Amino acid sequence: MIAVRSVAKKIGQQEILRGVDLEVATGETLAIIGRSGGGKSVLLKHLVGLMTPDAGEIWIDGHNIIGMNERQLGAIRKKIGILFQSGALFDSMTVEENIAFPLREAGEKDPKVLHTKVEEMLEVIEMEGQEDKMPESLSGGMKKRVGLARSIIRRPSCVLYDEPTSGLDPVVADSINRLIRRLQQRLGMTSVVVTHDMKSAFDVANHIAYLHEGRIYFHGTPTQLQQARDPILQDFLLGRSDGRGD
Amino acid sequence: MVRFFNALGTPVLAFFQYLGELVLLAGDTFRSILTHKLRWKLFLNQVVEIGLLSQLVVVITGAFTGAVFAAQTFFQFNKIGMGSATGAVVSVSICRELGPVLTALMVAGRVGAAMSAEIGTMKVTEQIDALRALAVYPTDYLVVPRALAMMVSMPLLVAECIAVGIAAGYFIAISLLEINGTYYMANMVRWTRNRDIIMALSKAFCFGILIVFISCQKGLSAREGAVGVGRATTEAVVNSSLAVLICNFFLTMLLNIIYPAGYQ
Ligand SMILES: Nc1ncnc2c1ncn2[C@@H]1O[C@H](COP(=O)(O)OP(=O)(O)OP(=O)(O)O)[C@@H](O)[C@H]1O
Ligand SMILES: [Mg+2]
Repeated sequence: MIAVRSVAKKIGQQEILRGVDLEVATGETLAIIGRSGGGKSVLLKHLVGLMTPDAGEIWIDGHNIIGMNERQLGAIRKKIGILFQSGALFDSMTVEENIAFPLREAGEKDPKVLHTKVEEMLEVIEMEGQEDKMPESLSGGMKKRVGLARSIIRRPSCVLYDEPTSGLDPVVADSINRLIRRLQQRLGMTSVVVTHDMKSAFDVANHIAYLHEGRIYFHGTPTQLQQARDPILQDFLLGRSDGRGD
Repeated sequence: MVRFFNALGTPVLAFFQYLGELVLLAGDTFRSILTHKLRWKLFLNQVVEIGLLSQLVVVITGAFTGAVFAAQTFFQFNKIGMGSATGAVVSVSICRELGPVLTALMVAGRVGAAMSAEIGTMKVTEQIDALRALAVYPTDYLVVPRALAMMVSMPLLVAECIAVGIAAGYFIAISLLEINGTYYMANMVRWTRNRDIIMALSKAFCFGILIVFISCQKGLSAREGAVGVGRATTEAVVNSSLAVLICNFFLTMLLNIIYPAGYQ
């Protein structure tokens, strides 16, 4: 479904990605973990063409998206939903309009159908009855959940989640994890989940990739990751700093 | 010597690059207008935003400009006994210059600033990325409705400004300056031709296009948070105002060939 080949990206003087190779098979859930500021969000934005790499190729469903213009990318993007780390809600629209936006753009006009689907989504993200709020009056975790609803309402065949559970309480976080798993099992959605939350990564993922210094340092199953003896991975898994803070 | 040309070259290149970006945005917008479906709701929202909410500003601008211009003209013309020609001077100059330029400057300040601030905020808060990710082309969604609304609203606003200006001039002339109303009107109608009005509306249309593309381009290229949006907004207003003033000169020269001034 998604194949990334030696993608490199430099922003200003900073080399953020230095040759990332990654494969995501159709129907699987891949978790991308890595240090804060390591380029996970940047990598995710590359996958839908929101950023263009300096070198390398990105294949989505057999199409190389490098070199496509915005209108051609539109066809690819209809198949892929993305949840931004910040939520990126449209702040001039209510929660309901935000969630309904992708459907409206896809040509659904009937207000009743739209309303029913939005209600369904609100129930899934446990935010019933809040459809008339504006984004600025939502908490961080609520924004994230509305963003999530917006990214999956069109039932895309692939969803990219940038930290879906950060800023959520453990109960809601768990229900989001279950939602991601359900989408994979029932609808066969391919998912890429960027996360810091190791519990969530082990919960939802078939494969885990560790992005380290601009490269994929480790790619394997959760079990393989747990058994890895590599000191860098160990430090990350156990949350050990190298003592520089002392 | 090389360094001298380098120092000279960078800003010149930057200027042409900026012009290029404006032209690309305009080209993209017109292509989208011709080939893609218009979002009527957004268009009408923008007409309200640009046209309806600018009413007060435009009326006040027109009224006071017309009034002061009538007074000043009368003070000068009265010395040579031509007080009743005031109406002709006021109406022709409001049509040809003052109406379009002053309206455009006010619209640049009110509407252009709002456009670049709104689009700029969307840019720095990733909302434009979100649009793109949802397969919505930002030009279609953000620029096209604004550009069309501006092309429709600007001529109407300018026409309104001119009408109010002429009315205010007339009112001042007969009530404060004691010019004979009949002569005032007769002279005004005799010297104001259709071509003056066509010139006003053509200028209005061009200025609208200048303001909308300069403001949208600044918004779309905003970066670095609140400071960046502030900078984009200021630059949008300054650049559109300068562009209006500069293009006004060239438009006057050009349109004067097509629609010469004066009674023939
Ligand atoms: N638009 C941008 N302009 C300049 N630098 C950027 C931009 N976006 C990201 N960066 C830089 O790229 C690096 C990686 O950022 P990124 O947001 O991908 O990190 P991340 O792995 O998602 O971190 P986190 O887990 O904290 O979200 C950072 O050093 C950041 O400063
Ligand atoms: Mg991130």
